[in-house]
Amino acid sequence: MTTETASPLISLGGIQKVFGAVQALSGVDLQIHAGECLGLVGHNGAGKSTLMNILAGTLEASEGSLTIAGTGLGKGYLVQDAGRLGVRCVFQELSLCPNLTVAENTRIIHPVLKGFGWRKRAGLLIMKQLDQVFPGHGVSASDVIGDLSISKRQMVEIARAFTVTDTDIRLVILDEPTSSLDSRVADQLLNYVNQVTGQGVSVILISHLLGEILQVSDRIAVMKDGRVVACRNAADFDRVSLVEAMGSTVVAGAAPRRGEENSATIGEERIHMRPSGQPDDQSIRAQAGEVVGFAGLAGQGQTEALLSVFEGHGVLPSGARGAGCCFIAGDRQVDGVLPLWSIRKNIGISSLGRMRSGMLIQSERELELAEAWKERIGIRAPDVEAPILSLSGGNQQKVLFARALGSAAEIVLMDDPMRGVDVGTKNEVYTIIRQEASQGRTFLWYTTEMEELDYCDRVYVFRDGIVSETLTGSDITEENVLQASFKQVSGAA
Amino acid sequence: MRSIETFMRHHPWSWSFVAAFLTWAATAAYISGTGGLALASTALSFSTFFVMVGIGQMFVITLGPGNVDLSIPSTITLSAVVSMMVMDGSNAMIVPGFLAAILVGTLVGLFNYGLIRVLSIPPIIATMSSSFLVQSSAIALGRGVKIKPPAALEWVATAKLTGVPVLSLGVIALAVCMAILLNRTVYGRSVTAFGQNTRAAGLAGVPIERIRYLTYSLSAVLAAICGVFLAGFSGGSSLNMGEEYLLASIAVVVIGGSSIAGGNSNVPGIFGSALFLFLLVAMLNTFGAAAGLRLILTGLIIVGVVTFAGGRAENR
Repeated sequence: MTTETASPLISLGGIQKVFGAVQALSGVDLQIHAGECLGLVGHNGAGKSTLMNILAGTLEASEGSLTIAGTGLGKGYLVQDAGRLGVRCVFQELSLCPNLTVAENTRIIHPVLKGFGWRKRAGLLIMKQLDQVFPGHGVSASDVIGDLSISKRQMVEIARAFTVTDTDIRLVILDEPTSSLDSRVADQLLNYVNQVTGQGVSVILISHLLGEILQVSDRIAVMKDGRVVACRNAADFDRVSLVEAMGSTVVAGAAPRRGEENSATIGEERIHMRPSGQPDDQSIRAQAGEVVGFAGLAGQGQTEALLSVFEGHGVLPSGARGAGCCFIAGDRQVDGVLPLWSIRKNIGISSLGRMRSGMLIQSERELELAEAWKERIGIRAPDVEAPILSLSGGNQQKVLFARALGSAAEIVLMDDPMRGVDVGTKNEVYTIIRQEASQGRTFLWYTTEMEELDYCDRVYVFRDGIVSETLTGSDITEENVLQASFKQVSGAA
Repeated sequence: MRSIETFMRHHPWSWSFVAAFLTWAATAAYISGTGGLALASTALSFSTFFVMVGIGQMFVITLGPGNVDLSIPSTITLSAVVSMMVMDGSNAMIVPGFLAAILVGTLVGLFNYGLIRVLSIPPIIATMSSSFLVQSSAIALGRGVKIKPPAALEWVATAKLTGVPVLSLGVIALAVCMAILLNRTVYGRSVTAFGQNTRAAGLAGVPIERIRYLTYSLSAVLAAICGVFLAGFSGGSSLNMGEEYLLASIAVVVIGGSSIAGGNSNVPGIFGSALFLFLLVAMLNTFGAAAGLRLILTGLIIVGVVTFAGGRAENR
């Protein structure tokens, strides 16, 4: 579908962006043709989101030229211009207003919906689009965004980007669109992307899931250190060459096998809990040294189960409060980041008790802890005194990992924590999780990514707030998980 | 010059001291002679009370949007009434009187927290409604009778050592302790985390409810202590003695460079802005400005500071 002969829809030339002392982009050249899907990959902090912000008009380039549909746009290119030219963006940090309904949020980008009954018309518009992209989505136009789970919010945000009133859309930028979606919904989106590119709309897809990128992209651009280092037809790439182009060594998919050789490290029982409303006798158990996975479609009660453990339900010995648990947020802006603080303080907050001497916190100890984890988990920042908001999304996520793993908590609760984390980092974190487990920590890990279940000793598949299936060892397969995700549990007990 | 500028940008509280100094200098130049030193000494005396309640209010405001303690004035009044009744003019009863005042503060704090927690009332409404109850108790107990404070208390509240009020020395020590509490202790860190993102702080292991309780109690206890000294300072309790401390307690926090949105506060600024607020009024009085103009200017300055501080936050 590549149209190399036609003049490109969008052309970026020598784009540079400087944030204070940090050179986020150092001369990016990129063309996007009409009706193509361009995959964009690269490590956390490679500059992908910055580049897309410039294209969407939310950031101004320090240097360089931008041409959209033959219109040269220099300084003063704003979000409003992007809207007029038909450029829409779904940001990694979702941008819906949490206090407004789905319909009201739709109206924000469609000023033509006015006069009596605008709410109704906006509602119809978004519902039609949601039905088209995500059949069976379960969202209603009058839902308040703040009440929706992160995956539903993401679905609304994506569908909204594709809604059309007075201006046709030319380009939709999807920055990590599937990070909170389960595989079924992610597939719906990828199919829809195929469909719209067929109708002449261009899509830029940013994702750390290389399978997705290879599946739907026509061309793939690889970014590294603020530059595009490779840009070729998707057919010329495979998983291995893509990872190599991103500049990391290829890690063969060798997940440390669960089961046998780990059984030696498994110790006393730490968690024994029955979700409320569980009709049969299945219950969630976890021992010291185990990695236990929570699977199923997104938003089926996995997060709620983690939160209830965090509050101390089912934690053994009974009566031990949440102090023995730490929580790694997936929805980091809402549940994780303390935005006014430095990296050091963000890491230290869960370990304050240990850093005291007498009444006072010893900042040297906190600094030591932060430095050690910055090193171990590879946080890309000049130093730990930098504000956390100066980091890219994936690096902020690493800070949250450091906060939890650096604490003394024996039980680590993970709420789909790999959203926006690049392949290289993921593998490092998987290794750290295994190391920590072998030293006796217990992990409860909710994930929407099938591969991550390979690291789990046991998997509980959730459906409607209860456990529909318990899988162990070699029974943990994509097929079994999917089957259990749709299973109706009846009162067998 | 450059380094001064950088210092001030990184320490927003320094503005309040500059403003206080300029106001003092302008007034001192106008009245000329030794009046300037006397003015500084009076400013120290009066600002002492602003600082005491301002620190409590600061901890509450640090908790984030919607958190403000409106029961401070009535707590001052009730505590003054109760402690004066307990002391009954006798030096021997000063300690029991103080304990009674602290008990009043503790109870008000507990009551405020109870309203917020049990009935899920927004803090601003909870503390406002409790302030009516507290004020009514003060009226019922005091019945408008002014009891004179014990001589020793009066001395502590009004004495000066070579022009420096004794009480202000005590409040400087209090401020130092509170700055340490805010910046170096687990409690202070927890309050600051709470104000940035309450949910995230809770999930990071901060005991949210305990922090909220302690903070409202701290504010009420400081207001209660302030009430005792204020009664000693002004020759007994009166039913409207807390009035001016409602706006002042919030104003000193905001002018002092703490963020009204929570999560980012400092103690020194409270001292600077308490001095500034008093000196501003003194300056306008000296210049012969009418009471109305004084209030307008105070309001404008607060708006100005908040706009300025907000503008800088966006440029970060």
